[in-house]
Amino acid sequence: MDKSIVLKYDVDGNDFSLAGEASSSVKKVLLSLGFDPEIIRKVSIALYEGEMNMVIHANGGVITVEISPEEIHMLLEDTGPGIEDIELAMQEGYSTASDKVRELGFGAGMGLSNMKKYSDVFIITSEVNKGTRVEMVVKNKQ
Amino acid sequence: MKLEKVKEVLNAKVFTGENKLSETVNSACGCDLMSDVLAFVKDQAMLLTGLVNPQVIRTAEMMDMKCIVFVRGKEPDETLIQMAKEKNIVLMSTQYPLYVACGRLYSRGLNPEGIEIDG
Repeated sequence: MDKSIVLKYDVDGNDFSLAGEASSSVKKVLLSLGFDPEIIRKVSIALYEGEMNMVIHANGGVITVEISPEEIHMLLEDTGPGIEDIELAMQEGYSTASDKVRELGFGAGMGLSNMKKYSDVFIITSEVNKGTRVEMVVKNKQ
Repeated sequence: MKLEKVKEVLNAKVFTGENKLSETVNSACGCDLMSDVLAFVKDQAMLLTGLVNPQVIRTAEMMDMKCIVFVRGKEPDETLIQMAKEKNIVLMSTQYPLYVACGRLYSRGLNPEGIEIDG
């Protein structure tokens, strides 16, 4: 691939069963482009956690993924309730998820820290009642 | 351990992926919390869980897992079976509870050393 590819997804916030569709699609594209499995896994996990967060907390949002030979750039934007204390939200084990979400096997408070762990660049900004913006980059092995 | 041996050890019913039972898994993880699977699991090719929903299939997909075993007799519905089929993931169900299912596999050689433990 010479040029970069841009993928855009509208994440439905009302259907838990669909959560993960975007990440699944990105994973397929990366596989078809022949990226290293380790890189694909990092992107998949980071993006899937982010997508779940959007569905769980923000009633959906928009995911934009730009794939280039150098890196995979992920931007997750929502217009949800926002995060009051990002530092607290980043702590492992801290969660505001509902019981319904916990029944699905999520809401353990690992999402944000996991996203940070699997990405090479992780930037989160949030404003209460406005929304949250997460930017993640996974660098490709050169 | 070959998946057909997993099936035998767990007395499991296979829902999809019957043609992939000759494939081998070298490690497994037993967990009901998908967040923890995403956070802590490394290179485990098989997931044993009591949770039955699309996010289990999705989590296994993201972690490149080959097989999911539902424990305590839980069975996937048609939607989950279709999903797993599309993603080339084997689905099984066993009557054993999670702890026992893991123990049976572990003692029969699905452990880091790959040795059978006499019991």
